[in-house]
Amino acid sequence: MNATAITVTEHRIEWDRPDRGRVGMFSLIGAESAIFTIFVVAYLFYIGKSLTGPTPKDVLSVPVFYTICLLSSSLTIHLAAKSLRRGSVGTFGAWWFATIALGATFLYGTATEWHRLIYQEGLTISTNLFGTTYYSLVGLHGFHVIVGLLALSIVMTFFLMGKVKSEHAERVDVLSLYWHFVDAVWVVVFTVVYVLGR
Amino acid sequence: MSTDAIALPGTGLASRPIVVRLHEWVTTVDHKRLGILYIIYALVFLLIAGIEAIVIRIQLIRPHNDFVSPQVFNRMFTMHGTTMIFFVVMPVLFGFANYLLPLMIGARDMAFPRLNAFSFWMTAFGGLLLYFSLVGANGLYGAGNAPDVGWFAYAPLTSQTFSLGHSTDFWILGILVSGFGSIGVAINIVSTVICMRCPGMTLAKMPLFAWLNFVMAGLVILAVSPLTAAQIMLLVDRYLGGHFFDTQAGGSAVMWMHFFWIFGHPEVYVLVLPAFAFVSEIVPVFSRKPIFGYSVMVGATVAIGFISMSVWAHHMFTVGMGANANTFFVLSTMAIAVPTGIKIFNWLATMWGGKIDFKTPMLFCIAFLFQFLVAGLTGVMLGTAPFNWHLGNSYFVVAHFHYVIVGGILFALFGAFYYWFPKMSGKMYNETLGKLHFWLFFIGFHLTFDFMHIPGLLGMPRRIYTYEPGRGWDTWNLIVTIGVFFQAAGILVFLGNFIWSYFRGESVGSDPWDAWTLEWSTNSPPPVYNFATIPEVKSRRPLWDLKHPDDPD
Amino acid sequence: MRLVDKFGHGIGLQIFVCVCCSAAAFADHAVPFSPTNIFAPASTAAKSIFGLSLFVLAVTGAIFVVVFTLLLYSVVKFRRQKNDDGREPPQVYGSNQVEIAWTVIPVLIVVALFMATARVIADIQKASLPANTIEVVAIGHQFWWEYRYPGRGVVTANELHVPVSDPSNPTPTLIKLLSADTDHSFWVPRLAGKTDLIPNHPNSMWIDPQETGLYLGQCAQYCGTQHAKMLLRVYVQSRDDFDRWIQQQRQPAFVKEDASQGQRVFETTACINCHTVAGTAANGRFGPDLTHLMSRDTIAAGAAKNTPESLRQWILNPDSIKPGSLMPAMQLSDQDLVALTAYLETLR
Ligand code: HEA
Ligand code: HEA
Ligand code: HEC
Ligand code: CUA
Ligand SMILES: [Cu+2]
Repeated sequence: MNATAITVTEHRIEWDRPDRGRVGMFSLIGAESAIFTIFVVAYLFYIGKSLTGPTPKDVLSVPVFYTICLLSSSLTIHLAAKSLRRGSVGTFGAWWFATIALGATFLYGTATEWHRLIYQEGLTISTNLFGTTYYSLVGLHGFHVIVGLLALSIVMTFFLMGKVKSEHAERVDVLSLYWHFVDAVWVVVFTVVYVLGR
Repeated sequence: MSTDAIALPGTGLASRPIVVRLHEWVTTVDHKRLGILYIIYALVFLLIAGIEAIVIRIQLIRPHNDFVSPQVFNRMFTMHGTTMIFFVVMPVLFGFANYLLPLMIGARDMAFPRLNAFSFWMTAFGGLLLYFSLVGANGLYGAGNAPDVGWFAYAPLTSQTFSLGHSTDFWILGILVSGFGSIGVAINIVSTVICMRCPGMTLAKMPLFAWLNFVMAGLVILAVSPLTAAQIMLLVDRYLGGHFFDTQAGGSAVMWMHFFWIFGHPEVYVLVLPAFAFVSEIVPVFSRKPIFGYSVMVGATVAIGFISMSVWAHHMFTVGMGANANTFFVLSTMAIAVPTGIKIFNWLATMWGGKIDFKTPMLFCIAFLFQFLVAGLTGVMLGTAPFNWHLGNSYFVVAHFHYVIVGGILFALFGAFYYWFPKMSGKMYNETLGKLHFWLFFIGFHLTFDFMHIPGLLGMPRRIYTYEPGRGWDTWNLIVTIGVFFQAAGILVFLGNFIWSYFRGESVGSDPWDAWTLEWSTNSPPPVYNFATIPEVKSRRPLWDLKHPDDPD
Repeated sequence: MRLVDKFGHGIGLQIFVCVCCSAAAFADHAVPFSPTNIFAPASTAAKSIFGLSLFVLAVTGAIFVVVFTLLLYSVVKFRRQKNDDGREPPQVYGSNQVEIAWTVIPVLIVVALFMATARVIADIQKASLPANTIEVVAIGHQFWWEYRYPGRGVVTANELHVPVSDPSNPTPTLIKLLSADTDHSFWVPRLAGKTDLIPNHPNSMWIDPQETGLYLGQCAQYCGTQHAKMLLRVYVQSRDDFDRWIQQQRQPAFVKEDASQGQRVFETTACINCHTVAGTAANGRFGPDLTHLMSRDTIAAGAAKNTPESLRQWILNPDSIKPGSLMPAMQLSDQDLVALTAYLETLR
């Protein structure tokens, strides 16, 4: 038997398999979801178990505006990807930039909130269980936003260099999946931290 | 296209300078080379962790022995357990998956070759980090050295209060980093199986090997990630003064146990599913029959995957969960016996009515069947919560899991080595030495791990560096220790056989076993591109169809 | 053996009876075989676990025999013959009937095992204890045990005393399990299964030993360097002996005049930061209570016999008996050491 033992004379079989980028991204999202689940469970379990103050009620205020920013960035990235698929590269760039701006605004929101908590309320990661779980969970999410923003910025750079074409639509789609995931996680984090936990 | 034309560039490699060749290995993104790197890496760690096991056993050869100090002993079992699980069995299984998956599904490489290389080097770096603790962990207090918190590192023993120095940090980081590698491999395997199959190979026509590794990869994604999360929390505790597992500040030690075992239990199936995969390929070929009940086997595998994620707290029957939680976990634990049993029965049925050829790979597989059966049954005993209140954390558990891991996984793995060695090297191993290895290891295994159950039943807890005379444990421990040396001898024969055969062995053709899956259709060793033309298949056994055109599958 | 009788009608009756007989025979000789044998139960919980384990052993044993026989048979019967004709055997791909059979039968076995198990779990974990239950608090410390008898004013270490329990009029002991530092586990195999002691997670278990005597065990959850020498000793006494023991433990420390030199050493050394001697300045809680040290047979959680020599050796250098224990070597002069031991020997 040799390397050509099984040969193809003509392609008779219809053969269609999913895009590997997409499958890979979904697997990554699966893994990330598992990580977040553990942090969320820890947060829920430790609600009200701190031995000292401050408590979430004392210090947390609901970040409505920044949440709206982040969630609407899901819409903008969707529009961006759609434009690229249709071939209007310019529109793509505009929506893509809007996404980055919204994401950055959200991060700014987190930063100001942390600054207030640390310098005015005296809540740090080692203050009590609330501090530990709060900074870890919100921080883990924030870290994902940062990673997402970096990835988006790379694409933006390519765009500015005029390298983004409509044939990249599939890749941009895959990246936007990640961003949607980051947004979806925020919905969970928001519910847990600012609704259930307060 | 002729075979020789493909083989020639391969042989040409040998004449190039060593630096060039090394550089090629370090920068390679070829799944076959990465597979071999994984395997060699794991074998090196097998020797290291095996030597640690030998130290453990010498210390326990008689009561009040003082071969090593308690501190050293505790480090030994921690390093032994951690290394064996994370840096021996996982990498070696990833290695085989890497090497064989693309070949079996008729692809030229994995879905993401560069991610593949990245994953390997992460795993490799993780192992080095763990062992760097030997020189780098002394810290200010001078208490460091290798970690000594046990492989599941229960809180609060891992807190700054009880674990001074940096040894525990190296344990955390080593596993965290290799965990990223494992997740990377898993993503790759999932994507490869879904997206890279050759034309005609529907999911129902994949070799079982691909199915089992696919489910394994899914489990890695869902199980290793929680461990990663827990390790991050532990780092927050140790470095940023967090309180996740700080019992003094209201944190919960039990929380860590849950997190660890949510990883830990699926992990043991991560380890065993690839072993099932080997057996599912080897048993049919040496029985000369197709696997019995293919679709049931697939179903059972998926069932095992799902059930295994709901049983973790059977490691926690003694931590004081309520009666209801205990009862639930008894049920889910026992439920897993059903799909596992189905697998055993299907392998038996595959052999039934066949013409069994007792080559070395098959010997190891038959021993696997027998030993896995016993180990599974002791698992069921452990799953009986009240019985577990005695057996848990005793030497009975140690015997149970070595029976699965050594008697099951390691045996299947040795079988796989012998079976695929001709494919990987192009040379045939020495059958006599193979049989010698089998019998030495078989005897050693049974001396060690059969008799290890007994001190457990007689009340001997695990992780004790010494024990009192007069408890009826002495003789058993002596026998157990003697067995290890047979195992060590067996492993030396194994290594010797492969090194010798690699240089001196007889060359083999592409299909020495008259087997049926795609990897046997290309050269041994396969060229970089695997297949000159991407094959097209019509059944589960493409090579059977080819050899028996009159009676295709 | 109520439980055992019930199971007698189950699956694999014959094998079960065999196992029972041999196990029963075994149990008779079990104690001399090993003082920590789980198959020599001496209290209700341990006995019902024993019953269940026989059932489980019988069932799994039966499964083993059946499957192993099949394996052996096929290996012998279907091996390739010497004069093989080289033809492939008939290619069989599967059969739904047999698949169903070997799914359904294990399911039934699992159901049986599960029901038996659930019952024993409930029997033990949901048992309601009588009003005259004796309560003990056991606190795990790195490498030794502290025992407190709330309401009786007794604090002791390493050697637990409980009264024997008459099955017709049970006087069980409820042990509350706490930890002062890391996880530990309380395991005296002849009395009950183990239960962990976890900081910030109170547990409890109960025992009702039915024969007097000394029961051994040891810490069964890895707790640090000296996990191996954190031994358990449970003294099961007749009710009278137990009450007498309690009385004696309630006395304040008894001091003889000629030991006062040693007492001075004791009270001027760091000892009192870690140890308590009731009625004196020593009230540390880091180490074992020494008020009635001499009433104990062993020191350092069973690591050494309680003799003057080993006491001296212990105080001079605890690591020589228990390397890694948390008591520091106290650097005493010979003279002080002798006086100190003399003092300790008065603590009856
Ligand atoms: C690859 C590894 C592997 C595998 C496959 C298994 C398989 C099983 N294990 Fe094991 N286990 C470990 C590795 C593994 N285990 C390790 C490493 C530990 C210890 C970790 C530590 O503490 O350090 C452990 C510990 C462990 C415990 C905890 C003990 C304790 O610490 O208190 C328990 C308790 O339930 C358990 C149960 C089981 C069961 C029920 C199975 C089942 O999957 C077995 C199923 C198989 C069969 C039952 C046999 C075949 C079936 C039939 C022939 C059908 C008919 C049978 C019936 C109907 C019963 N295992
Ligand atoms: C993959 C998993 C794996 C494997 C293969 C093994 C293999 C072995 N294990 Fe291990 N073991 C664990 C996983 C594994 N173990 C885990 C997870 C624990 C729990 C740790 C914990 O409690 O935290 C454990 C704990 C453990 C203990 C309990 C320690 C304790 O609780 O105090 C013991 C005791 O006997 C033991 C023994 C052995 C032996 C004798 C082997 C043998 O099979 C080993 C055979 C291999 C060799 C003998 C190597 C051959 C080497 C040579 C021939 C050297 C040649 C020399 C040169 C080249 C210089 N193991
Ligand atoms: C830093 C704390 C500390 C100091 C100081 C200390 N001990 Fe201890 N001691 C312990 C601990 C902890 C143990 C339990 C050790 C073990 O069993 O692992 C112990 C055990 C003992 C025991 C055995 C008790 C028993 O019942 O098992 C004796 C006796 C004893 N100490 C005497 C002394 C004397 C006398 C001194 C002073 C000269 C002293 N200790 C100083 C901590 C201390
Ligand atoms: Cu206490 Cu182990
Ligand atoms: Cu498990």
